[in-house]
Amino acid sequence: MLAAALENIPLMIVATGALVGIAAALPGTFLVLRGSSLLSDAISHSIVLGIVLVWMMSGAQSGPLQLIGAAVTGLATVFLTELVAGTGRVKNDAAIGLVFPALFSIGVLLLNVYARDVHIDQHTVLLGEIGFVWLDTVALGAYEVPRSLLSMGAMCAINLVFVVLLFKELKLATFDRALAAALGFMPGLLFYALLALTSATAVAAFDAVGAVLFIAFVIVPPSAAYLLTDRLSLMLLLSAAIATLSSIAGYVVAVLFDVSIGGMMAVMTGLFLLLAFLFGPRYGIIAQALRRRRAATVTPA
Amino acid sequence: MNGALAFLSDYTIQNVAFGAAILGTISGVLGVFAVLRQQSLLGDALSHAALPGICLGFLLAGSRSLPAILAGALLTGILAALVILVLTSRTRLKTDAAIGISLSVFFAAGVVLLTYIQGTGNASQGGLDTFLFGQAAAILRSDLYVMGAIALVGLGIVAAFWKEFKLVTFDPDFAGSLGMPVRRIETALTLLIALAVVVGLQMVGVVLMAAMVIAPAVAARQWARSLGAMVTLSALAGIVAGASGALLSSLASGLATGPLIVLAATLLVIVSLLFAPQRGILWSVIRRRRAAHHLRGRQVLATIHDLASAHHDTSYPAEQSMLDAYHGLGTGAVLSRLEGRGLVRRTTHMPQEGPHWELTEEGRAQARESLGETPPESA
Amino acid sequence: MSPSADRALDLQNGAEPLHEPGLAVHVEDLTVSYHEKPVLFDIDLNVPPGVMCAVVGPNGAGKSTLIKSILGLVKPTSGHITLHGLSYREVRSRVGYVPQRSTVDWDFPTTVLDVVTMGLYGRLGWFKRPGRHERRKAEEALRLVGMEDFARRQISQLSGGQQQRVFLARALVQEADVYFLDEPMAGVDATTERAIVKILGRLRDAGKTVIVVHHDLQTVTTYFDWLVLLNVRVIAQGPVQETYTAENLRAAYGGQIALLDRGAPAE
Repeated sequence: MLAAALENIPLMIVATGALVGIAAALPGTFLVLRGSSLLSDAISHSIVLGIVLVWMMSGAQSGPLQLIGAAVTGLATVFLTELVAGTGRVKNDAAIGLVFPALFSIGVLLLNVYARDVHIDQHTVLLGEIGFVWLDTVALGAYEVPRSLLSMGAMCAINLVFVVLLFKELKLATFDRALAAALGFMPGLLFYALLALTSATAVAAFDAVGAVLFIAFVIVPPSAAYLLTDRLSLMLLLSAAIATLSSIAGYVVAVLFDVSIGGMMAVMTGLFLLLAFLFGPRYGIIAQALRRRRAATVTPA
Repeated sequence: MNGALAFLSDYTIQNVAFGAAILGTISGVLGVFAVLRQQSLLGDALSHAALPGICLGFLLAGSRSLPAILAGALLTGILAALVILVLTSRTRLKTDAAIGISLSVFFAAGVVLLTYIQGTGNASQGGLDTFLFGQAAAILRSDLYVMGAIALVGLGIVAAFWKEFKLVTFDPDFAGSLGMPVRRIETALTLLIALAVVVGLQMVGVVLMAAMVIAPAVAARQWARSLGAMVTLSALAGIVAGASGALLSSLASGLATGPLIVLAATLLVIVSLLFAPQRGILWSVIRRRRAAHHLRGRQVLATIHDLASAHHDTSYPAEQSMLDAYHGLGTGAVLSRLEGRGLVRRTTHMPQEGPHWELTEEGRAQARESLGETPPESA
Repeated sequence: MSPSADRALDLQNGAEPLHEPGLAVHVEDLTVSYHEKPVLFDIDLNVPPGVMCAVVGPNGAGKSTLIKSILGLVKPTSGHITLHGLSYREVRSRVGYVPQRSTVDWDFPTTVLDVVTMGLYGRLGWFKRPGRHERRKAEEALRLVGMEDFARRQISQLSGGQQQRVFLARALVQEADVYFLDEPMAGVDATTERAIVKILGRLRDAGKTVIVVHHDLQTVTTYFDWLVLLNVRVIAQGPVQETYTAENLRAAYGGQIALLDRGAPAE
């Protein structure tokens, strides 16, 4: 049965998409709540440089070495951003907008120079090739498993363990950094660990969805979930569900119109956000309007 | 010499240079307002959001017509700005999430449209790819007229509403109290940033255009003391970065234009951050070292003074090794500096005991002031 | 004799650096600077146990910075701090902290009870989850501040005064010996202010030390029995009746004292 599932190309594509979405939404939830979600924009761009550098030094195009390289590049991006902002001469948002385009530019130029030797070109960098993930497989026992599915599954598991084990610590550090520090929970370190995982996830997802679409998976499902619930644990579950649904819907629609599958999956996260924005039970626009009307009819008395 | 002349009179090179100048001017000028209003990453969202517009413009015009493409880009850019506005004002999402949502979903829609156009097998679709990372060499003379016209409109609006833009950027509440339509002026500034983004799309591309809005303005901020100077310098930085990056890429074929322009602009930022007079990091490191020395000096003076008053002896000699132990570090260098400034002097207490120090009259006065025993006259 | 000279003398006599187990808070020679400017300079501070102490001073006097450096949240340029004779790291579980209300995002997806439970996280340590025991303690603390009916409420639906009570309840579950509160009375209604003062007074009566950054000079003498007047340096410290003098206030507030005449004691 497993063998049959692994042969099923649409299933493999949808599963990879769902795993990208879930793995990204886990750290994404905390980034969105902390107000630092645009760091994922910075990270996912600058890991291009990390990927090229690791390839130049080791020849590895995927695998653990690339994940570690990405984590380091991602942290370096955040560190450089904080360094630039820390000079007090550049505001935080401008610092982000200075650091990652520079690192990304170096990465792209290196790609230009070595284009003939690497399998990643400018296009893949931006868009990924989720439609072709089933072409690149590794043997796992008796089964041929798509490499992307395997690496995304691993990242998903790692992120899940991290969030479950440190749920209480992450919650406190995100909600009240000062108290977390006073209680000895090292919120700065936790935050860097979260960003390292985001970077590693970005690299694992790179072949599938590329640099820019990854941002959608980090930010949009948690944001949609945030409009639907007042509980952190539920917010995590809902964003995972929204990511999975986006993956399925995105695949179906993309095949129908013969367009980019990864792109359509990201568009679908936006659609779910729109639905949450309109129909959210407490914070939706319609619920708000109804509440206002009810208040208006009650108060004149 | 001849080679240089031939190079400069080359048709493509001329186009590239002019294009870079137009792009640098408009993004430099409007970037100033984006950076000062802390909307740097709005530029990032607007430029990524241009991609679906580029595709729509292409689809509607049926060819790679620049006016149609740029109009489409402007339209979706404005739409993205609107989405951000609605999300931040009508939901509890913070600005960063709103920008991230707008940026990534619009870009994804662009990707979908791009693959749709590829699927239709339109022969001229190859040109659209260049909008991702920019391609200076693809610029035609007719493109320059389009870019120039857009830039002129943008700059004209900035010139006409200069004092309104200036006040709203600096102090929106005060501007509102003067009866200025702050909301509308802010909207106008956002639209103008979308305009600047559109002008640069062909050369720098959607992915990196944000850097061209941010970097020249940040570089200029380090040197300028007035908004006028900042705008001028920013435009200049934009032109220099744009021209050098674009020319480099037309010389070395195979290198994308956008990244080269961005790196040139980044270089300008680094130099400015380090060396600009007054604000330069280099100078401030020197100042901070001096201040740290000064602070350490005040602490040592205070300790000697405390010891003296504890012994009811204003010229009580403090033993240096004791000061070391008390401050947890060698105070020798600090004491010599204080001696140089005439605040302490070395005394011979007992020759076998090592150096001792006492406060001079001036040192005593300074120590008292540090300890708040004589409040400053001005208070 | 100033404490720093005192310590210097001890050093001179070959004594070990003094720990002050008899003092709830003991600060020596604390200097904190931000970039080139000292925010706190040469602070020597002693607060005995069992007092309710106000930290008062003008804006930018370094009041919050003082508390943050005692709790190890700000890195000082120099200085030595002990709580009951031990470093903060050693007594972390005996210290309660209420940050300024505005430092957290009240739209965070969590409930009142959950926020109060956070006070017990320090005792739980890494990885361990709060259980029924913790929930019961949190409910008890909520009762103490009169918020037991709000336990399941989403925190964004609270008023400013209710938010402050929740924060106070969170500090109460810490069951600490020393409490630090940063502007707990800022922007709360009169009822809440009275409730907070009553609870803090009860803590003091139980022998706890309560240190409050306070902004309202008029209520210092009614609420507190110990005072630290701060303006980058310590201007005065000690029992309120001795330290709350026009002269000290003028030294702390400088020219601004004219504005505060109503709150200042007669000379």
